Amino acid sequence: MKTKVNLVVIGNGMVGHAFLEKLVKSANFNDFNVVVFGEEKRVAYDRVYLSAYFSGKTAQDLCLVADGFYEQHGIDIRLNQKVTAIDNQAKTVTTQPGLVQSYDVLVMATGSYPFLPPIAGNDREACLVYRTIEDLEAIDAAAKTSQSGVVIGGGLLGLEAAKALKDLGLHTHVVEFAPRLMPVQLDEGGAAMLKRKIGQLGVDIHTSKATQRIEDGEHARHRLVFSDGEQLETDLILFSAGIRPRDELAKQAGLVVGSRGGIVIDDHCKTSDPHIYAIGECALHQGIIYGLVAPGYVMAQSVVDQLNHKPAFFSGADMSTKLKLMGVDVASIGDPHGNDESAKSFIYENGPQEIYKKLVVSPDGKKLLGAVLVGDTEDYGNLLQIKLNDMDLPEHPDDLILPSRSGAKVGFGPDALPLSVQLCSCYDVSKGNIIEAIEAGATCLADIKASTQACTGCGGCTQLVTSVVNFELEKRGVEVSKNICEHFAYSRQELYHLVQVNGYKTFDALLHAHGEGEGCDICKPAVGSILGSIWNAYALDKHNIPLQDTNDRYLGNMQKNGTYSVIPRVPGGEITPQKLIVLGEVAKDYGLYTKINGGQRIVLFGAQLSNLPTIWQRLIAGGFESGQAYAKALRTVKSCVGSTWCRYGIDDSVGLAIEIEDRYKGVRSPHKMKMGVSGCTRECAEAQAKDFGVIATENGWNLFVCGNGGMKPRHADLFAVDLDRATLIKYIDRLVMFYIQTADRLQRTATWLDNMEGGIDYLRQVIIEDSLGICEQLEAQMQALVDSYECDWKRVVDDPEKTRLFYNFVNADQPDPNQVYVRERGQLRPANAQERLESIALELV
Amino acid sequence: MTQFIKICQLTDLIENAGIPALMGQTPIALFYVKGQVFALDNFDPIGEASVMSRGIIGSIKGELVVASPLYKQHFNLQTGVCVEQPDVSIAVYAVELRGADSDEADDTSEVWVKLP
Ligand code: SRM
Ligand SMILES: Cc1cc2nc3c(=O)[nH]c(=O)nc-3n(C[C@H](O)[C@H](O)[C@H](O)COP(=O)(O)OP(=O)(O)OC[C@H]3O[C@@H](n4cnc5c(N)ncnc54)[C@H](O)[C@@H]3O)c2cc1C
Ligand code: SF4
Ligand code: FES
Repeated sequence: MKTKVNLVVIGNGMVGHAFLEKLVKSANFNDFNVVVFGEEKRVAYDRVYLSAYFSGKTAQDLCLVADGFYEQHGIDIRLNQKVTAIDNQAKTVTTQPGLVQSYDVLVMATGSYPFLPPIAGNDREACLVYRTIEDLEAIDAAAKTSQSGVVIGGGLLGLEAAKALKDLGLHTHVVEFAPRLMPVQLDEGGAAMLKRKIGQLGVDIHTSKATQRIEDGEHARHRLVFSDGEQLETDLILFSAGIRPRDELAKQAGLVVGSRGGIVIDDHCKTSDPHIYAIGECALHQGIIYGLVAPGYVMAQSVVDQLNHKPAFFSGADMSTKLKLMGVDVASIGDPHGNDESAKSFIYENGPQEIYKKLVVSPDGKKLLGAVLVGDTEDYGNLLQIKLNDMDLPEHPDDLILPSRSGAKVGFGPDALPLSVQLCSCYDVSKGNIIEAIEAGATCLADIKASTQACTGCGGCTQLVTSVVNFELEKRGVEVSKNICEHFAYSRQELYHLVQVNGYKTFDALLHAHGEGEGCDICKPAVGSILGSIWNAYALDKHNIPLQDTNDRYLGNMQKNGTYSVIPRVPGGEITPQKLIVLGEVAKDYGLYTKINGGQRIVLFGAQLSNLPTIWQRLIAGGFESGQAYAKALRTVKSCVGSTWCRYGIDDSVGLAIEIEDRYKGVRSPHKMKMGVSGCTRECAEAQAKDFGVIATENGWNLFVCGNGGMKPRHADLFAVDLDRATLIKYIDRLVMFYIQTADRLQRTATWLDNMEGGIDYLRQVIIEDSLGICEQLEAQMQALVDSYECDWKRVVDDPEKTRLFYNFVNADQPDPNQVYVRERGQLRPANAQERLESIALELV
Repeated sequence: MTQFIKICQLTDLIENAGIPALMGQTPIALFYVKGQVFALDNFDPIGEASVMSRGIIGSIKGELVVASPLYKQHFNLQTGVCVEQPDVSIAVYAVELRGADSDEADDTSEVWVKLP
């Protein structure tokens, strides 16, 4: 039997773990005995998303290691064990508890630590750094006793850190030594735009400020004293002044390290000892420490290849970056400073929309040297490919960054990209790899993700990868299946037309004529919604009940413990005191948890199924109707206070919002729809984040379409300007109906538009110019839906047959014994698993 | 001794849908599909709440299933086995339709479920 090679890895951070993931997938994995030492107490987690911890992510969410990954592959992982020495003569490592482990091959992935600038007072209480989950916990704790925070360092990480402080509710400052933010990645103009945008978010930026010392503050815990004599008081200080590679072990073992730190590696990622590799942020390659993960992943791959006896080189990596810093899009490609004197640059600056873009091109105008994008990074993918593949620029390079008023943007389609281009930098997947995967049988994006891992890291490459995948599939004549599920060989749009043209009123009739099997939880709700959109079919009619998701079936949103929420409609967010009293009384009488929700209305949580009809009976008597929060339908029309009260208001946003909400309430659609109306451009109703948004102007109303908050926010596009009320409503009628007819199942308007051939220009032709000649029909259909509206809950309350459908158990009138509650901040909430076990303070309702 | 207990009338059921019931103190779900009644535990072991009766019924490659309304895993109505995670399953109980005046299922039939 062949003896195995002892492979020891020091460090279980992002790159160390990526190395192991790549190793287990490689052909020779079974030749190795793998032992991993990690100083931290937990397995590798995602440092790139660290700041998400403050917006609700847990340490568990950030974990990069799949459950059971190490056990499954027989990798011996020793956490909480720092390696304290390497003996490269004896080929052993020694750990903190004194364990000695021998190796044949050693991989160092020790990362880096935050640099603490030598400022007097830097060791005071609540002076912290930002690199590990423990650091986060310390920041969280310190923030509890702080009101303001200062981040020292205005680079990429510093701004991330500032976001974290902001999320913690601190008044936040950023202090930068250089005259501008992100001095490495941005030029002056880009940095100025970034500063302006971040400043507007309420973060104070201080540039050209050298901190001399930190001392006791008068109003706050600390006072920073700058070299120009100015001062700044704050409770919490976060240093983000750069990173230093962790090369202490290497030094001790006598490996060559750089004069400013870093374990020197060659093009094979080998250190000066041929049995020792170094990868990630601890490694110094040709004078560069790469402070980003992607180059570390490339190093990891090259070591895995070598261990598999494949030739592999690490010849440097691209440092281009695209980020969302505090909600501001920023990207930098190549050399954005135009250090080559004869280089030419193009700058596009859009003041009102706060967009800055700059291209640096070679003196002959043929090659791209660098670029900076602030406020709008849509061109990043395109520009990066041009740079990485050294492609020739078009005749007028500035076309690449100018807005495309004509529609056709100069770009390079998926076909123009060479095979070698790296599409996904997180997992180093090239266009060639994608094509290999397709030839090996992948037939959709999900297959590609599973076989290459593309798109499964930061997700930034998804759009590009999808376009390449679709293009390649189509080229091979693979039809990209649009069938809704195994029961119908049709898309949602096709089903819609079948129902409309043939007049089917039930699912069974449609299934019988055009489908097979029994249907399922995909096609049934989709058809239920179509029947709703076309015939205003009622969810609780006997033959429609089996089609409904539980929320639609019980006209409320099911909560984690099986109870339901009650959300009455509050059009435009306007509510009388008397109605508030009714809500309060009902909530009190039924012990319901009460909260103002994100849609400008009030939710009552925790209602028993059997109580829903009486709860609603009282609400309806108090003047409420269903809010359809359970349905794929119009949710809310958010409004600001508008000209009625606001000193800036130009028009009556509340009145219009109520009119719109009353018009479209109850209309069933492919996914939920949200709308908003603002009284002026200050946009307090955030109408541009809605599916349909309206903003008052001096000359009427501007209509915005296809915005989205939620998972993947999208700013709405301006669709038409200065409309009068009648035209506005006419356009919305047409838009909503056209969306209902043509969108996919569960497709919000944002994705609907993004996938529409011809985009917003096409949509304008259909809706404004009536290019398809369907507008009259769209309006008539909408009017029919509006005219046949009835409150879902009123129908239940008025009909004993329907009321009878709401019970906890068909044969017993008692609450579900599995529901237990805890009282918190004066209200009831479901007990969590721990509390159930400990059965503390539990209440049964 | 195992025995059947009466739960409800057949007319209480909704065709192609589920309803919740209590069998002693155990919440169960009754589904009425193609003339047949299935009884399963109402507790969804994955989502950890008593909600199975509110799931949508369907078929996957010919097998009758109910989709949990919480996180949409499918459970086989005959066996209770979860399609996505076959190591998870929910209890299934035998059902008898007992006619008040005839053996044929009709409007007077009663739903009886066998205790475990
Ligand atoms: C109650 C509420 C949170 C709150 O306490 O504030 C809420 C709660 C839920 N949201 Fe929401 N969303 C609520 C406002 C929002 C908002 C804010 C808004 O509307 O202005 C958003 C972002 C805006 C947007 O949609 O563009 C929002 C984006 C989402 C998303 C992501 C949608 C997307 O396209 O990205 C989901 C998931 C989905 O729909 O697939 C979601 C889904 C849900 C569900 C239905 C999840 C579920 O299936 O259990 C939650 C249950 C509601 C319930 O039990 O009543 N909720 N949700 C808000 C109810 C508003 C209302 O009265 O209708
Ligand atoms: C807040 C923040 C935001 C970031 N954002 C981005 C971004 O947007 N894009 C990007 O590309 N990069 C970003 N980075 C950088 C990225 O996280 C690093 O490039 C990456 O983590 C480097 O991986 P690594 O494995 O080399 O080092 P690390 O992830 O630091 O892992 C090294 C591990 O080795 C352990 N270790 C060290 N010495 C020893 C020893 N002697 N014995 C045992 N274990 C030891 C350490 O405890 C650590 O767990 C960000 C970093 C931070 C902190
Ligand atoms: S959007 Fe305009 S009108 Fe409405 S509240 Fe804000 S400032 Fe006032
Ligand atoms: S580039 Fe991050 S997932 Fe592909």
